[in-house]
Amino acid sequence: MIDIASQLAHIVGERFVSNNPEEAFFYARDPGLMPAHKPDYVVVPKTASEIQEILRLASRERIPVVPMGAGMSLTGLVIPLRGGIVIDMKRMNRILEVNEKARYVIVEGGTSHGALKAYLDKHCPRLRHSIPDSPATATVAANVMIHGQGRLTQQYGFNSDMVSGLEVVLPSGEICTIGSCALSPYWFSKGAPLPDLTGLFLGWFGATGIITKVALKLYPRKKMRDVEIFVTDRDDLVPDMVYELTHTEMVEDINIFAQPMPMIFKDNHHITLFITGDTDEELEFKRKMVWNCLDGFIKSKDGGFMSVPPVMKPTLLDMPQRSVSRFADVKKGGGFEYSGPIIPVETYPACTRKVMELGSKYDLAYSAMARVIGRNHAMMFGFAFTFNRADPQMMERTRKALEEGGEFALAAGGVFWKPTIDEQRLALEKMDATTRDLMKMIKENLDPLGIMNPGNWEVV
Amino acid sequence: MKYEDIVHRCFRCGYCKFTGDYIDFNCPSYRKFFFESYSPGGRMWLIRAWLNDEIKNSDRFQEILFSCATCANCMEHCVFTFSDDLVNVFLAAREEMVNQGIIPPAVRDYLKNINISGNPYKEPADERGKWAEGTSVETYDGQDYLLYIGCVGSYDERAKKIARAVGDLLAHAGISFGILGDRETCDGNEVRALGEMGLFQFLAEQNISLFKDLGIQRIITMDPHAFNAFKKDYPGLGGTFEAYHYTQILAPVVASSKIPLKDYRAKVTFHDPCYLGRHNGEYEAPRKILHAIPGLEVIEMDQSKENAFCCGGGGGNFFTDILGGGDESPNRIRVRQAHSTGANIVAVACPQCAKMLDDAIKLEELDDKLEVLDVAEIVMRALDQPT
Ligand SMILES: Cc1cc2nc3c(=O)[nH]c(=O)nc-3n(C[C@H](O)[C@H](O)[C@H](O)COP(=O)(O)OP(=O)(O)OC[C@H]3O[C@@H](n4cnc5c(N)ncnc54)[C@H](O)[C@@H]3O)c2cc1C
Repeated sequence: MIDIASQLAHIVGERFVSNNPEEAFFYARDPGLMPAHKPDYVVVPKTASEIQEILRLASRERIPVVPMGAGMSLTGLVIPLRGGIVIDMKRMNRILEVNEKARYVIVEGGTSHGALKAYLDKHCPRLRHSIPDSPATATVAANVMIHGQGRLTQQYGFNSDMVSGLEVVLPSGEICTIGSCALSPYWFSKGAPLPDLTGLFLGWFGATGIITKVALKLYPRKKMRDVEIFVTDRDDLVPDMVYELTHTEMVEDINIFAQPMPMIFKDNHHITLFITGDTDEELEFKRKMVWNCLDGFIKSKDGGFMSVPPVMKPTLLDMPQRSVSRFADVKKGGGFEYSGPIIPVETYPACTRKVMELGSKYDLAYSAMARVIGRNHAMMFGFAFTFNRADPQMMERTRKALEEGGEFALAAGGVFWKPTIDEQRLALEKMDATTRDLMKMIKENLDPLGIMNPGNWEVV
Repeated sequence: MKYEDIVHRCFRCGYCKFTGDYIDFNCPSYRKFFFESYSPGGRMWLIRAWLNDEIKNSDRFQEILFSCATCANCMEHCVFTFSDDLVNVFLAAREEMVNQGIIPPAVRDYLKNINISGNPYKEPADERGKWAEGTSVETYDGQDYLLYIGCVGSYDERAKKIARAVGDLLAHAGISFGILGDRETCDGNEVRALGEMGLFQFLAEQNISLFKDLGIQRIITMDPHAFNAFKKDYPGLGGTFEAYHYTQILAPVVASSKIPLKDYRAKVTFHDPCYLGRHNGEYEAPRKILHAIPGLEVIEMDQSKENAFCCGGGGGNFFTDILGGGDESPNRIRVRQAHSTGANIVAVACPQCAKMLDDAIKLEELDDKLEVLDVAEIVMRALDQPT
């Protein structure tokens, strides 16, 4: 019998392999609520060729492999459901190239959003990327892998729509480039004008390959940025308000939150609008356009702009918004999870009512947090609950509330985002049967041994 | 365990690992080992698992806990309301392990040496004040200040040179001070950081009683670690003295041009000691001194002040070396960061940092490009320049 740990040590160096109980404990879980399952080994590779070697070893020995970024997706996607090797990607964190004029960046597969932001702040002050509000450790590759959304999502779509090239290690250990980079030194397109092969990987949660490089489109960064909050107590009008706002094409990002605490927030919906400009004039023009487009709602007394206190502005303008993570300790218990289906904007009122209903049914502190995707094309709707990690009953209630929230959104025409394995099962059941067969075919062809993040997107 | 009530509140979001601007990971042990378990969040989750009997106290667990440099980067950047207590949680867990007697051998040896000899070097007490021989530094006898040197400055050859520079400089500046010489004993900061609270209390009480007997009210320390103990921990044990780091005393003197400094042409980058900076909020005093030296160009590293990357010597690691070894050890990373600024001197204000970075320069083979000097040594050079 071969000693897997020493084989892994041979590949990545002894220091970067562990089969100790401490790492097994930590990497068996994420901060969310899915049951833990221990890996047999955890490795922290430095290069794509080390990952190739690991996958070759895993194929030979039929050992499951689970790539992990920061583990912040919260829905158990990095839990090694069948043990095996967890590959912690975060040592592969170099920013490899910025093409200023073509506005894209190439980063390694474990680079964090925080590090990318810091790099651009320092070296490319006229460029920015669509940073999500996940903790700054969240990785770029994993975020596009789960079709995340960020500050520029209202303007340019899902963060994965902004990918302009990939390097992927296939389960066989082979490595390939996807997009223009497959035949050009430039990484400007993920597919067009060729067949777009990124769909074989993005959204698959590492079940078809491991991303070792991502190219991401960058966008102009304006010198100034400001925030306005439009408040309404009419949930039924929120979709119309968002429609008007997106029509202006003046807004950077639109987030909506509704939560019972603090008291002044109760029963209101806060449409948080970010605007940017290179000059005061530009900013003021955009502000005026935004104010004007909601004028009708102000006149009918259905809402109004609240004056954002200066102390609140830095919190809202923060990127990533650290205050979102603070929600985890509202109950002094370090727990936070959200089911975040992608829903038609018109279902916002029903979803908000549902999250409130779940909050009172399960006696949980909740927040409805939504981000508009594209020009009103859809929205991520977060059924977000905070829980106390030392209170198993509260954790169980939260689990139930999340499950119900997700199922409700599915029935209302939404689609699960970063689904748990149970939600993946539901999605596969509900899906067009031919589509499901197509997914099965792709998975079986790319990963015939079924070693890649097993349990995920498994059609049985 | 003390602080047990907050251990479950860590969300493990990882802000604690970074600098405030996310330019790089800034937790020394995470940066070296790169497993989540060696990050502050990892420690929180593992301590909880240990308390719940889900993992045992193993060699690995000890390495995880004792490789924390107590640099307080996590306290600075954690987004939660319990951030101020993060290092306290780690120290409380170490205390539990010490009480159970299951600790790394290097930690045990350090504590044993302090217990027996009053210093980690197993040197006799009468060697303590030898560094001052040949200087004008006097024994304490009712002067305005006690100059407390600490174990490293008293016994380590490199640090003794810094002690002499600090002593000479204070004398040159006309400060009224004296030293304890062979009556000085360990301040206990590292003993506390390694979780031996009983021994720390003993040392602190011994020092407090000596200081009181001698009528000492104001203390200047050379070592930020001692400064931290006197300022933060001694008052709780009845030792309320005015404590200063020597740079805090010298900064106004130098700024007022009381000491005429000559032109000294060099490029310097300052490395903030964690126990002066993050632990005690003093970032400006050493910089003021450096900026007052004519001809000196001061360049900041990306990771400075609140975001300074620790040399890896804190939390007892200077003595136990649990965090040392390999090219990703914190002192080597820090030296590379200093070198990348184009500086030819990395300035420090802590004998432990000086030694850590000196060692790293040799390992990085940068001896001919970069030199580690304490702020006091730099000022002495500026004084000694030919006119
Ligand atoms: C407070 C908070 C706020 C959040 N806000 C947002 C937000 O605004 N927008 C948003 O999009 N998300 C948000 N999230 C969700 C999530 O944190 C992010 O989407 C994040 O980018 C996930 O990255 P990660 O590195 O943590 O992924 P992980 O959880 O580590 O991984 C996610 C999936 O990707 C796979 N994977 C990881 N790396 C690779 C790789 N290199 N190759 C192949 N597969 C890989 C994993 O196996 C897993 O299936 C938030 C989360 C929290 C806790």
